[in-house]
Amino acid sequence: MIPELGHFALIVALAIALVQGTLPLVGVAQRIPGFIALARPAAQGLFLFVAFAFGCLAWSFYSNDFSVLNVATNSNSKLPTAYRIAATWGSHEGSLLLWVLMLSGWMLAVSVFSRSLPQDMLARILGVMGLIAVGFLSFMLFTSSPFERLLPAAADGRDLNPLLQDPGMVFHPPMLYMGYVGFSVAFSFAIAALLDGRLDATWARWSRPWTTAAWVFLTIGIALGSFWAYYELGWGGWWFWDPVENASFMPWLIGTALIHSLAVTEKRGAFKTWTVLLAIIAFSLSLLGTFLVRSGVLTSVHAFATDPKRGIFILCFLAVVIGGSLSLYAWRANRVAPGGRFELLSRESMLLANSVLLLVACGAVMLGTLYPLFLDALGLGKISVGPPYFDSVFMPLMAPAILLAGIGPLVAWRRGEPAQLLRPLRWVAIVALIGALFVPLAFGRWAALTSVGLLLAFWIFAGTLAALVVRFRSTTRMTPAFLGMLLAHAGIGVFVIGVTLVKSYETERDLRMAPGDTATLGGYSFRFDGVREVRGPNYEAARGAITVQRDGQTIAQLAPEKRVYLVQRNPMTEAAIDAGISRDVYVALGDAVDAGGAGGTDAAAWTVRIHIKPFIRWIWIGCLMMAFGGVLAASDRRYRIATRRQEDASNPDATLLRRGAA
Amino acid sequence: MIAIAAGITLVAIAAALVLNAFQGNVVFFFSPSQIAAKEAPLDRTFRVGGMVEQGSLKRRADGLTVDFVVTDTAKSIPVVYSGILPDLFKEGKGVVAQGKLAPDGAFHASEVLAKHDENYMPPEAAHALSKAEADKAAKSVVPGTGAAR
Repeated sequence: MIPELGHFALIVALAIALVQGTLPLVGVAQRIPGFIALARPAAQGLFLFVAFAFGCLAWSFYSNDFSVLNVATNSNSKLPTAYRIAATWGSHEGSLLLWVLMLSGWMLAVSVFSRSLPQDMLARILGVMGLIAVGFLSFMLFTSSPFERLLPAAADGRDLNPLLQDPGMVFHPPMLYMGYVGFSVAFSFAIAALLDGRLDATWARWSRPWTTAAWVFLTIGIALGSFWAYYELGWGGWWFWDPVENASFMPWLIGTALIHSLAVTEKRGAFKTWTVLLAIIAFSLSLLGTFLVRSGVLTSVHAFATDPKRGIFILCFLAVVIGGSLSLYAWRANRVAPGGRFELLSRESMLLANSVLLLVACGAVMLGTLYPLFLDALGLGKISVGPPYFDSVFMPLMAPAILLAGIGPLVAWRRGEPAQLLRPLRWVAIVALIGALFVPLAFGRWAALTSVGLLLAFWIFAGTLAALVVRFRSTTRMTPAFLGMLLAHAGIGVFVIGVTLVKSYETERDLRMAPGDTATLGGYSFRFDGVREVRGPNYEAARGAITVQRDGQTIAQLAPEKRVYLVQRNPMTEAAIDAGISRDVYVALGDAVDAGGAGGTDAAAWTVRIHIKPFIRWIWIGCLMMAFGGVLAASDRRYRIATRRQEDASNPDATLLRRGAA
Repeated sequence: MIAIAAGITLVAIAAALVLNAFQGNVVFFFSPSQIAAKEAPLDRTFRVGGMVEQGSLKRRADGLTVDFVVTDTAKSIPVVYSGILPDLFKEGKGVVAQGKLAPDGAFHASEVLAKHDENYMPPEAAHALSKAEADKAAKSVVPGTGAAR
């Protein structure tokens, strides 16, 4: 009964979305107040029904209702409760429902927190979001209903893929989807502004906190995914340039360009059309990512069952959204008045250069991701483009972007004074050079790339610090937005340090170890104390015991596992990590081996992989700093004050003038 | 004007960079049949895919180096790999290995990829198997149709 209620709620939601996606837009065009007023209640109603449907599916998983096909294929009665609930989004159908839930959640937020938006603007925004919801709800209802029954019911489920049975599964997909789908808000703002023909600074100010919030979620989602892959896959890697990772990284790159471009549009009225274009691209890439991951053209951890009907549906939807919004852009963008002028040495030109760099980097990632797919689709052969390509392209493109990010906050808007810039710049350059030359000495091995990475990191630290000092000495107020920006930039530095030191100084060894054997790596000694059998709730495991010592002192007792999950009978490596701020010690069990060959779990010797990963935690700490900087920036009171003031002013440009003068 | 010129230069440099890196880092795929027909390069890294032949997995005395045979049912190739195999590496299942062809005819793998779950077969491996099947089918049909003509 409950699955049917859920299915019914989805049908009602589709009907509401149809209303929300049409009538308010018609209402604005024909000036029918009744239609315009529909947008807000429709969005809230849509959320209620989608949330109800989601609750129904979650309940089916929680209560082990194996008469639901989705539950029978992705869950099991022995699965721990938290993972049973997370299994709700562990399948293609469930993850789509999560997508729509997030979309309607963002709609609800827009309808609640944008009371100060003009009614017609809000109607357009929610109308566009309604149309997106129509696309996804019909996709779900026509090609992949999560509530399909399985009759007769299965006695027990086929279990969740063991790889997904991890706390990462509880947090990574919702965060990532919040980010993906959050760009639909920026997109809808941009489309609404294009429809309206009024692309001014007020539009940018409304859109900014939403875009930043989406970017924060996406940043956290990607970082969580990376961290999860690091400790779960047993290979010790934190980023694989896997097509699915790239699919989430491309919108992030464009989203980063977008939040910076929005800043210019808000403060200086410049780059208006560029900003709109970035908003369209960011969301289009989110959709492309969904297509890549869900259509089955890619096969990876993330891909589910392949069904060509689904791929074609998403591809058509993608074509309609991208084609439609770009046509609208081509039609309307030329009406936009030119923005404020700026000189070559100005914050504007630096931000412009940065967003071009980010766009080009995104294009390079896209080429490496899509080109093999095109070749394959055209029957021209099978190739793969691996990490070496991405590494060798991405670093040279990001290095100038990081240099610009380091000094951008020191340069004035409109027209920077070279003399004024030179003084702090000298210090920044000195600090960066010292860091680049001397830090490698502490590790005892010097390489050109290591120094380049450290140079960039120290450059951005020093530049950020200099910007803070300059602002502190000046009369301009220290705002949360400014501090958030600096924190995020410092986060880039922390991230770059992590990447540089891991790439330069990580060490690993694959070993064959019998109980009592000792191996050394990077000043640590590892003693293998044997393996014993343990039982988990839904798996059996061989648990190794490894004692890690340094200078005779025991540092950690690590217990890596090789698990076999009872239902799917697949082996799974569970690495053991001794985490630290300056290094991780990472141990994973391979296979049991006798002297003669492969053996069972009672075999004496095992293959063991050990890694030392210097400063790897800095990678995720840096991401968290970026995300937290985004939170600070989005929470700046100025957005609320500005929009409140907006209500008083009859002319939307009045506030801009006042702000510009301040 | 200067900004536009700078922008165009930037994009041009980036494009050169991308294409150069692309040229150098694309990894091609060959099936065991293609390798047997000497289509695969000797000096370049490439990927081979197919099925791990039943009973072919042998571990050498050092405990780390393994030998196995990858087959597309028509032809097969011996593979040598030193290191820990992925969790889902199994005899009779799909596999993709990346590495170089040694002069002795064996494929020295630097990386071995297996499937992610029980239903999944690496696409390259699936492709190699189905192609070999198709070729076999074509061969067995050819004489018959030839006679009919």
